[in-house]
Amino acid sequence: ARGGAMAAGARRWFRALALGVSFLKCLLIPAYYSTDFEVHRNWLAITHNLPLSQWYYEATSEWTLDYPPFFAWFECALSHVAKYFDPKMLVIENLNYTSRATVFFQRFSVIFTDILFIYAVHECCRCVNGKRATKDILEKPAFILAVLLLWNFGLLIVDHIHFQYNGFLFGLMLLSAARLCQKRYLEGALLFAILLHFKHIYVYVAPAYGIYLLRSYCFTANNADGSLKWRSFSLLHVTLLGLIVCLVSALSLGPFIVLGQLPQVISRLFPFRRGLCHAYWAPNFWALYNAMDKALTIFGLKCNFLDPTKIPKASMTGGLVQEFQHTVLPSVTPLATLICTFIAILPSVFCLWFKPQGPRGFLQCLVLCALSSFMFGWHVHEKAILLAILPLSLLSVQRAKDAGIYLILTTTGHFSLFPLLFTPPELPIKILLMLLFTVYSFSSLKSLFRRERPLLNWLETIYLIQLVPLEIFCEIIFPLTPWKQHFPFVPLLLTSVYCALGVTYAWLKLYVSVLTERSTVRQKAE
Amino acid sequence: MEKWSLMTITVLLALTVRWTVSLGSYSGAGKPPMYGDYEAQRHWQEVTYNLPIRQWYFNTSENNLLYWGLDYPPLTAYHSLLCAYVAKLINPDWIALHTSRGYESQPHKLFMRTTVLVADLLVYIPAVILYCFSLKETSAKKKASIRALCILLYPGLILIDHGHFQYPCSAVTLGFALWAVLYLSYDWYLLGSAAFCLALNYKQMELYHSLPFFCYLLGKCFKRGLKGKGLVLLTKIAGTVVVSFTVCWLPFCTDTEQIMQVLRRLFPIDRGLFEACMFSSPPPHSQLANIWCSLSVLIKIKNIVSPQTQLKLSFAVTFLSLLPTCIKLTVQPSLRAFKFALVSCALSFFLFSFQVHEKSILLVAVPVCLIINEIPFMATWFLLVSTFSSMLPLLLKDGLLLAYAVTTLAFLSVCVAAFSIFEKTSAEDLQLKPFSLSLKGHVSRFKSFPKIVRSLFLLSVTLMGGLSVMSAAVHPPPRLPDLLPVCVSVTSCLHFVLFLVYFNVVILWDSKNSRSQKKIS
Repeated sequence: ARGGAMAAGARRWFRALALGVSFLKCLLIPAYYSTDFEVHRNWLAITHNLPLSQWYYEATSEWTLDYPPFFAWFECALSHVAKYFDPKMLVIENLNYTSRATVFFQRFSVIFTDILFIYAVHECCRCVNGKRATKDILEKPAFILAVLLLWNFGLLIVDHIHFQYNGFLFGLMLLSAARLCQKRYLEGALLFAILLHFKHIYVYVAPAYGIYLLRSYCFTANNADGSLKWRSFSLLHVTLLGLIVCLVSALSLGPFIVLGQLPQVISRLFPFRRGLCHAYWAPNFWALYNAMDKALTIFGLKCNFLDPTKIPKASMTGGLVQEFQHTVLPSVTPLATLICTFIAILPSVFCLWFKPQGPRGFLQCLVLCALSSFMFGWHVHEKAILLAILPLSLLSVQRAKDAGIYLILTTTGHFSLFPLLFTPPELPIKILLMLLFTVYSFSSLKSLFRRERPLLNWLETIYLIQLVPLEIFCEIIFPLTPWKQHFPFVPLLLTSVYCALGVTYAWLKLYVSVLTERSTVRQKAE
Repeated sequence: MEKWSLMTITVLLALTVRWTVSLGSYSGAGKPPMYGDYEAQRHWQEVTYNLPIRQWYFNTSENNLLYWGLDYPPLTAYHSLLCAYVAKLINPDWIALHTSRGYESQPHKLFMRTTVLVADLLVYIPAVILYCFSLKETSAKKKASIRALCILLYPGLILIDHGHFQYPCSAVTLGFALWAVLYLSYDWYLLGSAAFCLALNYKQMELYHSLPFFCYLLGKCFKRGLKGKGLVLLTKIAGTVVVSFTVCWLPFCTDTEQIMQVLRRLFPIDRGLFEACMFSSPPPHSQLANIWCSLSVLIKIKNIVSPQTQLKLSFAVTFLSLLPTCIKLTVQPSLRAFKFALVSCALSFFLFSFQVHEKSILLVAVPVCLIINEIPFMATWFLLVSTFSSMLPLLLKDGLLLAYAVTTLAFLSVCVAAFSIFEKTSAEDLQLKPFSLSLKGHVSRFKSFPKIVRSLFLLSVTLMGGLSVMSAAVHPPPRLPDLLPVCVSVTSCLHFVLFLVYFNVVILWDSKNSRSQKKIS
């Protein structure tokens, strides 16, 4: 009976959390929104007015449709609700059109589709079982996980202020991960296949899904020492998986193959014409690489190693230019980034194959894939860090070691999202929400693992604390100095380089912890 | 988790909600020639910065009192002056004499919103935090933060301060009053009375609370013996009050005409008592949940009774409704009774006195927040009604409907989650045990009481929700343009009268019976 009461209490708290964050999202409706708002309005208009055959050709607006077909269908479905709010937003020529009804509709569509995310979080929380039974509901791992996911700072500001539809996409991803953890493999595979055709950025984590499914679903048994039993290969399972993937792809891309538009769709989805880094450098390896190049350039000029006339001009204006030309270090081609990413992902995938750890191993591999591609990918957005942060939350509430990595990665990753919101009214919101999330994640994880050694060592603590002066310098002191006119990119550069250090460190630490870990399956067998 | 990190999270959450509400519109945005309360606050900054103190409250060629003339006590004026100095640093245009009238811009809105948030953060929020920690309880430590969250998320205050825009009204005044209660709960009478004087000098409406403060302190003095320690304490308190008033009014003490003029501005008796709100029945402007306004729907009091009699009538009724509580408090001054008395006295004033402003309901609501711990169910109910009653028409006008709906629902769900209010509807939980015991001979069926209360609550919430939706969405029939506002005000007035009865019952049947009961058990 007590267990029942506890479960009822947990349900009540989960409901309160989900409701609370939804109310907060509603309050954010009047906040600033970025050009992505117009992007999605344009897609609504395109999918509403044009036949399928022109979706990927229409180019009235510069924000052409560059998501896979399922997302286009999703916009099409939304547009049939949108017409009751304000039909004018569905006119393709109405570039940059806004009205109260348009804003309400678009914002509400994000909030409404987040229901899927909430459901996914609910399922994830069921997968997490705390070892120690605490009476206090606030200190249960499932409760902490629910807060970390539902109230995730990055997701809140990217979706509900900046404006994007990441909520339900991450919902799909978490749901598929939860299904895999619950051993409902086919369902998980189906969900992930659907997700891939909603937004192709998730292809970064596809290796983890592929290998895990192959290893634990297609091969049905292990040897006693945990290594693979080759004879347990199940043809039926492989056929089922293949069928699911092919069916979903056929549903999504089939019409375009029939129309002979596949090359056009592909060229829209993978625009390699863009530069190595986004206008604002995502805090990854290339940010460090660029910064190193710049430092070497300045150093070379000072010591007269370099000829000032030979230096391309764009390189000195820094992050403001899309095409960044390196002066000292070799320039980076898309192929190079692809190879780097592949090499970075490889060890984690090997680990998943040779040292199966069950669902935990899968999640670790998932996070490593996401982080590695974030580190080395071509034209990575800073928002892509969420792809690593959200699955890592699942791990963080289960082991102290992962919790430490999680704290470093979330704090730096979220901090690097700050430049997304640059308007003065949103400054307090982003700081308050960031503080809210950071204070909660630190204090809750600390109390969860209070019996184990401290989550962060002194160096990591100092590194994280220094984010505060950095923020004060970038947002308050720097705009008052005369440098603002000549070097407007300095705050962005500082932020991205400083955060890149933390992200790289977290990536390395996670990799080391995964590679050095012993296989637990063997211990269980004994 | 440690209690301080929980409290930090609570405060951050409260601040986030406040700031997100303030992203919305404010009163009188883009509505010349008079604009709204926002412009009033800006205008006061302009006046206090540019004119010498002697002219602040006088109608001169430089200072047109008909255009948002200063009509709050000196502390408000000083606060405006302080803000004006900051404004001057940022952009002198914001407070330029005459030319800045109706100044509106995005940076200026940001500035004004920030001043409110800072005032809130400095005065009101610390008081709430300390109050929640001060409640002595043996139960879990996290209770304090949850209670603080409920109090800080009370939508009425957030919407008026950060949405509609007004700070003398709520954050600062009520914050000072809260500090006074806090000091009194630690038995620091002098600090308490000084804090209350500050509140009073910030906004004259704080007089609603003055009687309980007076009676409580007087009762404490009586208790110590009127001749010995009690007299000394009384003298000390009186001295503190005089000193704090003198300090606040020092710049105006140059001649009596100054003081008289300020007083005339604060209590504009010559302006005609009844023009304001009391009996004025054309409701579109001021449809109030006041008893007189509601009665005027049925009887046109204005036509029957002369203005002089109206004044006497309202005075008499107010006095009578206050009397029992005050006597009880003076005779048995306990902290609990004091908090309840704050509620019931303010509510009496709100219902029966003249020249009531719709935002005055906040003066009742904040003391109710203080007793949310003891009667969670009734307090939540009252706070919901208070938000609904007076704010709805105001917020509709300001275009803050979304914020109103969201914050109210959020508040309701926090209270439901935190106190599980629906399980606390028995007579005991409503503090009605002594009363029901005394009625036992007459009323036999008291068993279904919790159920009845619950269904009443649901009925009332449904009614309020329905009226809110209708006021927002439905156009009233042309023959009865004021149908919905009248419905809103009559509904809430009915609620308030019942609440007044309830609070009085709780106060009057309190201590003696419950104490004897404890002895028996």
